[in-house]
Order: sequence, then C-alpha cells, then structure tokens
Amino acid sequence: MSKRLGKGGLLINRNKPIKFEFNGRKFSGFEGDTLASALLSNNQVLVGRSFKYHRPRGIVSSGSEEPNALVNLGENDKFEPNQRATTTELFDGLKASSQNHWPSLNFDIGVINNYLARFLPAGFYYKMFIHPRPFWKYIYEPFIRHSAGLGRAPSQKDNSKYEHFYAFYDVVIIGGGISGLNAAVTAAESGLKILIMEQTSTWGGRSIVDFPNIYDETSLEYVSRLLSELKKFENVTIRSRMMGAGVYDHGYLLGYERLNDHLNTDDGPRHRLWRIRAKQIITATGAIERPLSFPGNDIPGIMLASAVRDYAVNFGVSSGDKIAIYTNNDDAYRTAITLSGFGIEVPVIIDARVSGGGELAESARALGIRVENGKAISKVFGKKRVEAINICDHKNSTKDREKIKCDSIAMSGGWSPVVHLYSHCGGKLKWDEKLALFRPDGYAKPTSFDGQPFVTAVGSANGLLLMHDVIQDAWEGCLKVIQAARGKVKKKSPKETLHERANAPEAIWIAPQDADIKKRSKIWLDFQNDVKVNDIELAAREGFESVEHAKRYTTLGMATDQGKLSNINGLAILSSSLGKEIPKVGTTTFRPPYTPISLASIGGSARDDLFQPIRKTPMHYWHEKNGAYMEPVGQWRRPFCYPKEGETHAKAVEREINQTRSSLGLLDASTLGKLLVTGPDAGKFLDMLYTNLMSTLKIGKCRYGLMCSENGFLIDDGVVARIDEQTWLCHTTTGGAENIHGHMEEWLQTEWWDWKVYVSNVTEQYAQVGVVGPNARNLLEKIGGLNVSKDELDFMEWKDGKLGKYDARVFRISFSGELSFEVAVPASQGMAFWNDLVEAGEEFGVMPYGTEALHVMRAEKGFIMIGDETDGTVIPQDLNLNWAISKKKDDFLGKRAQERSFMVNPNRWKLVGLETLDGSVLPDGAYAIADGFNSNAQKLTQGRVTSSYFSPTLKRGIAMGLVINGPSREGEIIEFSKIDGTIIPAKITNPVFYDPNGEKQNV
Amino acid sequence: MLILKCPYCGIEADETELSPGGEAHLKRYGPGSSDEELEGYLFSRENPKGVHFERWRHVYGCGKWFHAARCTATLEVFGTYSAQTFEPPKEIIKIIKVKRPGWKWRDLS
Repeated sequence: MSKRLGKGGLLINRNKPIKFEFNGRKFSGFEGDTLASALLSNNQVLVGRSFKYHRPRGIVSSGSEEPNALVNLGENDKFEPNQRATTTELFDGLKASSQNHWPSLNFDIGVINNYLARFLPAGFYYKMFIHPRPFWKYIYEPFIRHSAGLGRAPSQKDNSKYEHFYAFYDVVIIGGGISGLNAAVTAAESGLKILIMEQTSTWGGRSIVDFPNIYDETSLEYVSRLLSELKKFENVTIRSRMMGAGVYDHGYLLGYERLNDHLNTDDGPRHRLWRIRAKQIITATGAIERPLSFPGNDIPGIMLASAVRDYAVNFGVSSGDKIAIYTNNDDAYRTAITLSGFGIEVPVIIDARVSGGGELAESARALGIRVENGKAISKVFGKKRVEAINICDHKNSTKDREKIKCDSIAMSGGWSPVVHLYSHCGGKLKWDEKLALFRPDGYAKPTSFDGQPFVTAVGSANGLLLMHDVIQDAWEGCLKVIQAARGKVKKKSPKETLHERANAPEAIWIAPQDADIKKRSKIWLDFQNDVKVNDIELAAREGFESVEHAKRYTTLGMATDQGKLSNINGLAILSSSLGKEIPKVGTTTFRPPYTPISLASIGGSARDDLFQPIRKTPMHYWHEKNGAYMEPVGQWRRPFCYPKEGETHAKAVEREINQTRSSLGLLDASTLGKLLVTGPDAGKFLDMLYTNLMSTLKIGKCRYGLMCSENGFLIDDGVVARIDEQTWLCHTTTGGAENIHGHMEEWLQTEWWDWKVYVSNVTEQYAQVGVVGPNARNLLEKIGGLNVSKDELDFMEWKDGKLGKYDARVFRISFSGELSFEVAVPASQGMAFWNDLVEAGEEFGVMPYGTEALHVMRAEKGFIMIGDETDGTVIPQDLNLNWAISKKKDDFLGKRAQERSFMVNPNRWKLVGLETLDGSVLPDGAYAIADGFNSNAQKLTQGRVTSSYFSPTLKRGIAMGLVINGPSREGEIIEFSKIDGTIIPAKITNPVFYDPNGEKQNV
Repeated sequence: MLILKCPYCGIEADETELSPGGEAHLKRYGPGSSDEELEGYLFSRENPKGVHFERWRHVYGCGKWFHAARCTATLEVFGTYSAQTFEPPKEIIKIIKVKRPGWKWRDLS
C-alpha cells in the first residue's frame, strides 16, 4: 500500500494536519502536501478512469505533466473540472472528486469498452459513424455526447476575481530550479530589469530531491542562499506559483499567476494573467521524465521514478511497500538509493541496458539492491493495483524468467527537456542521438523584430542533465542574454561542482524489444486517451505518416496533458513503423499555453459591467427611467420599445406606431453616425465614395446616398446634407459610423492622399431627435423660433437656427413615411431639448418610440436597412436602387466591380414585398423553395425573407425579401419553408406597403 | 503580438494598437480595366514565406496608415514607412538585400 512514512517530507509540516474530502470520504494530510501526495499517503492510488476504455488510473507523476490524476475541484461557484491533483496544493476544507466514471470510481460500467478494445481501434469513430446517415443524428451523436468529455461543466457563475497585469522587463527567466536561479543571479548583477517565475510554490526544482549536497552546502541551503541573494536586488522581481504560459511574437510572454488557489479565501484576485514584453527570455524549464513502454504499464501503482522519489523526499510518502524499478538510464537509480534510505524495499532494479549503469548503479549495488541488466517487464499482474511482475530478457520475451512481487513500479524511460516555451514562437529542435532527446537547436532560436534571437534555453531545458553542466550552461546562456539585452557583463564563472558521470541511456521505445501483438496492444502511450503502441502502428499502416496526422487519427497527445509524457514515445513508435529516423518524423507543434490556464484569467476584469464600454446618448437615462427595454446596437444601448406596466413588447410597439402614424412620436436618433467631410476636394471625394453625385448637392439640401465597397457590395447608406461650399455632413448607420469613418480615412490616406479633405466624426457631439407624425410641425412651431413651414423647409431640406432656446439644425427627412423632422442640438442640450419636446408635445399625445417601431415603420414604407436587406453579397441594383446610382460619373468605389457579368445578370435575387395569404408573419430568414434538388439532395431555393414584421398599420404580416427576378413576378405566389418543414405561401408584391405616393411625408 | 514603429508618431506600437490592412502597394483598377486587371486588384495576393510588404493602421493611436516591410517566417521587421508612396523606400530595399540575399516580392528583388 502507499502510505506516509515515519520520517522525511521536506515540504510538509507534520504539526499542521489538514482535513479534505475526496469522493465524499474524509481524509487527512499535512500542510505543504499536494492533493496527490495526500491521497497517496491515504493509500488512494486509484484516482480516475481513462477516457476511452475507462480503465483504472493512478497518479503517475508529481508535477504539471500529470495525465491521470484529474479531479473535479471545489463546489458551487468554486467548482472547476480537470484540475491536476499533482499541482493542487492542499488546504483545509478542500473537496475533490474523481472524473469520467459511472456509477463509481471503483466500479465503472464504461469499462466494458476495455473488453471491446480490439473493436475500438484508432480511427474507430471516423470509420464507424459515417453510415447510415440518419444514425448520426439520432444514435451516434447523442451517445458520443453522453460519453465524451472528462470533467463536468460548472453549473454556477464563478465569482472569484481575475485580473491582467502589464509588465516590461529586460530579461525574464522562466523556471526556479538551479539553472533558473543561477541565471537570475548572473542577470541580476548586470543591472537589467529581471523577472524570475516558478510555477510551483517551492524553489530549487529537482535539485533538492536529486542532490543531497551542492558545493559544500545541502541543496536546500544552496537554493535558499541563491534566493536570498536575489531578493537583495532591487532590479529583480521574484514570483512563485507563476507559470510561463506562452511565448509569442516579439518578446510577448504570458505569465499565469495563481494567487490564492492554495488558500481557502476570496481575498484579492484568484489568478493574474501577466502580459509581459521581454527583451530576452530564458527558459530554465527543466525536463520531464518519460514513461517506459511495456505491457501493462498503465496499471495504478506504476509511476515515474522521479515522482516516486519526489513523494518520498518532499512529502514523506511511499508509493508502495515493495517498489520495483525499471529503467533505461542511470537517473532512476537515484530512486532506488533514496527509497533504500527510507527503508523501503526495492525488490529489483530492471535495467534494459545489457551493459548496465554507471556510478549510481554501483552505489545501488553497494546498498545490496538487486540489479538485473538487459531485462524487461513482460507482464504486470493486478487490475486496480500492481501485484507482481514477470521479467524476461529485453531482447527475447518468449520465456518469462521470474515473477517478482511488488505493489508499485518506478519507471524511467529517460528525460525530455521542456522545450515548449522555446518552441512556441518558432524555435527549432534537434535530436540528440546520445541522450535520446529533442533539445533546442542553439542556432535556430526564435527571433524578434530585429532578427536577433530572444529565447534561450538553459540547463535541463537545453538538454543537459548533469549538475555541473546545468550550472555552467545557465551561466553561459545568461551571459549571451545579458549582452543581447545590453546589460553589463561580469565574467565570474561558477565554481567547479561535483562531476557526476553517467552511462548513456539506451533508447528503448518498446519493451521487451520483440513484444508480440498481444503485448503491444497492452502497452500504453497516452494514459488519458488510451492510445497504445498498436494504435500508432495502425495509423502508420493506414497512411497517417505525418506526425500531425497520426496525432489526430489516434488522439495521441490530445489529452489535457497535451502529450507531455506520451509524445516522444509515440513518435518514436511512429518513426520505427515507418522505417524513418526520429528527426525525420519530427514533433507535433508545441502550442501555448504550457498547461491549461483558466478561461476567467484570460477574460481578466473584462466581465459584467466592465466587459465593454457602453455608449449612452444624452437622453439615455430618461429612457431607462421611463421604462424603456434597451437593446444593444453596436456599443450603444437603444430603447427597443417603452412597454407600459403589464404590456407585452409587441403591444408596446403597436401602440408606439399607431400613435406616431396618427399624431406624434419621438425617436432618440443620436446614435446615427455623423461624419463631417470638409475641404476643397470634399465634393470630388464624396463623388468617389457614394454611388450618387454629391458634389452637385445644393447648400441647404439633403440627399439619400449609398456607399459600396470596391467589390461592388452595398456597405452603408444615409442622408447627406450640404452644409457650405466645402462641407458635407454625412449620416451613416448607427453601427457603421466608426467603420465608415475608417473607410474614408483609408482612401484619403492611402489612395488620394493629395486631395484636400478632412473627415471628422462628430457623432457624439450632437443629440438628434426624430420628431415624427402628422403633428410634428405643430410641435416644432409650438416650441417656436424657426420657420419650419413647407415653403421654408421642404422635404429633403435642412436649416440652422434657434428652436426655442436651442441651437438647432433641423433636417426634414423621413424614415417612417410620416411628416418628419430630425433635429440636432449640441449633445449638452439634448436632455433639456428632449424634456421640452415631451412637455410641449403633451397636447398631441406625444409618445417616444423605440428601434422596433422604427424598423416596422421603415418596412411598411419599403425602406431598406443595412444588415437586414444587405449581408455583404447584395449590390444596390438588387434593391432596385438604380435611381441612386449616378450614370454621369466616370468612377466611384464599386462601379467597375458592378459591371462584372454576374453583377449584371438579370436573374439575381431582387427586392420585393411579400404578403402571406393568411396574413401571418413570415419567419425572418425563411427561404423560398423552388422545384428540384441540388447535388446534396436539398431543395433548390429562389429567394429569402430579409425583414418580416407584423404591421399594426395594415393589421397583417408584411415582409421584404430577395427573390430571383422578383420585381417582374409581382402577383406570383411562392412558397416559404418554415423550420418545422411546413410551407407558407406568400404573394410577391411591391415592397412599399404604405402610402406609395408619399402623400403623408410630403405635407 | 508584433511591435511596429509608427512612422508618423514614432511610437513602438503594440499589435493591439494596430489594425492590419493586407498587402501593400496595390494599384487600383477602376472603370475601363479588364476583368483580369480587376481580379488581380481585388483578389490576387502574394502569400510569401519571407519578405512581405503590408499595410497597417495605427488605429488606436494617431490613426494614420503606414507600411511595414517584414519577414513572415521570422517576424523580423525591416522597417516601416509612409503610406503615401507607390513603392518601398530605397533604404528599406537596401536593408532587405543585405539580410535576405536572393529575395523576391512581385517584381521587386
């Protein structure tokens, strides 16, 4: 059994017991434990189930590479799935539960997949779920959705705080092991601004466990001395519990700081995302041990050799009573020596190398530990826990030599440098044949804006595994970095330290070497996703030869650990299946983040009210106070309608329309884009931008204009007013103001930069009110001061003046078909002006109306709306707006594109009105079906609904739509299909449903 | 997250301040042009792994458009320059010639 030892545990405080829950059972651990070490100390080795076969899974590692020990952590608003027990620090009251099992961790029905494994090979889903077609929707998809996914999604809103932090450094060092700390001390002396971060809560990395002494100090003393030296420097920032998550272009770096995950508190932010710009980055990220690939290597109790000694030294926890060791390198002997020091039985060290190990192996032998060279594990006994192993010759597995009892196996397949951060931004790797690992290619580092390298890997992350090499490399690498960041270089080389010698590891990708298919189908590569050696071999046979294809076909390395343990072993199997060399096959792409980071940290404080700035018109608060139901329009909030108590939105819209059409309505039109275009060449410029002629517009007049992209498609519309000889005021759609301003700037700056034109966006300088309805003129006359009679201010004219006490510009334009004035006053006067209109309008029953009433009224008049009738594929000609396209102009944006053959094709979908035969409202976006089917056996279409409303004026549903050859088919009845498959017939009509001769607006 | 120096306001602008505008030095073809010319102007774009000339706008800064010459493979920036030009300035071409011998982009080399 795994248990707490009587001694040891550098990180735990045995005087501070901590209570926690796992799967509803109460457990106890110590301060300083991780959830994984605390579970192990309670003999809870089984912690989860694998993804595909639901096989029992135990803790494998002691760090962020953990593929198995994923738990649901916390509850309610603190709930989070897929948290690694190995990196979760224990706190009082922690609650965790295991994942991916049903009904219980101990007894899981899904394990039946395990017995079907030979029918569920790689690519099974792709092959199986294609036919018959309808099965996908009704059987396969619901089944897969039920069984897919690891953790549960949280059911409550996360109320913790998250924040972003922007920082700038000369040198950032990622990793707080001895190479990171040594690099930091060297860098600190240069006077540069330095940040060093460590993902765990403790410093020193592997050195504390792996080396009792460094120089003449204990490794603990050595590390804390380096740290206290660092703290003396004012130019150094030191952060623990902060992971380097990703390295991006030009020295951009994300740091992920977990501030109170280890505390049971809500004080301060939970996670902080550091958005860093670094001139130089040093990755001192160490290395990750690789598992060995032998039959039954996924059974709980089998762990990485380094993890086994981590748990013993750091937490005083043993992973078993009898721990066998299986290795292909010298490093794992440390585990045997360590365990022996704790008095834990090591029944055997199995070394795959015939020649065996070096100095460390000698030490292990001297301790009386049995060492078997040139051997392999051919079978592991046990289901939810290792019980015993069979060993055989590594190169001849036909005969089992011996059965050895053990309840845990410490395995080591060698080490892989953590090259992720080095690789994120284009750093290249090279294969080190001798050490059997991919290491950073020092001549192909990621480069920055100046073409110079900006990421340097040092220490184990650079492929150096022995103490002296690591310290020397950290120093040398750092000197180059300091020079690159233009700091002062002090040449003070590190002291000589102990020189270890190690025998070379032997690259063992499959053990025993001659394992037959039965054995190979029990050798796990990816423990979480259940990818086995035979799956990779199958992928290779089926032609998935690229490592990226094999990955996606088998899901190797696609688990939450992103292949930290499995990738190198997997691609080695792939390369041997293909008969290629490992460097020829290469690695899959390393992508950020290094380990998953919380989505909330990416959002930072941008949530709720701070999600985005809200734009408010001067009358915004009046609308809110008067019961408006607001809708987002871009970043604005506009009243959709003003429902009275107990009134539905539909009824409110109806009331607003009826009152406007019969007497008087008010619309807050302040959000309308207002661009002032000024200069000697302004007319010429607008003639290029609009399809109409704007240069000929007379001062005091207004003209409705259309703007197209250079590709010919309609992008915006609005009324243009000629203010003076050199000034035009262009109204744009609410959502289009900023884009159209940008569009104008682009053409002025990049094409016609010699034209003398200025554009200013004055949208927010004015409050604009639509005064609409038969009593509109009466209201303005009552306010007084400005002659707004038909003779003085005719349709499509504007004038400036004092309206009451306000500095007003009155446009006589109409988007509703009624007699209508749009009055602009300075934004600061908007609220007072609106109040006066409401007060003075009382005798006419004045009623504010919202955007929905606006939409319905414009549809009743057949006016188009950008974004409804247009979708980026519609040209003005489709909307029968040929009258607004100048034939006199040689050129305007989009003119040439509109001459293309398919743009002048008479069979384009064109704007029509649509009336259902029964008066009902057509569903917005519904398609008109035509006879026949396309090649996908879908019905052919001949048109679609672009706007559809209930018209209170006509008391029936009205719609606008685009129909093939529409205008020439007036009176024809076509059929629209609803989502439920039923059909609604509708008659093609003229799109102007109301007052076609404009008698109401022209009074 | 690129950093480009805005040639107008002189700021080393972070990519979040900038808005990309696609390929630089396109010649506009309007009425009277052939279908091929129009197609080339609207749709045909270089897609180099290496030296490229692009349009950027310092949209959350001074608002000016400018040009950038950079390497799409290594992210090296050879220089930024005014938007009001038909071709890259000679100094920048000189830099690229030194750093990327044998480079080619459209009819430049």
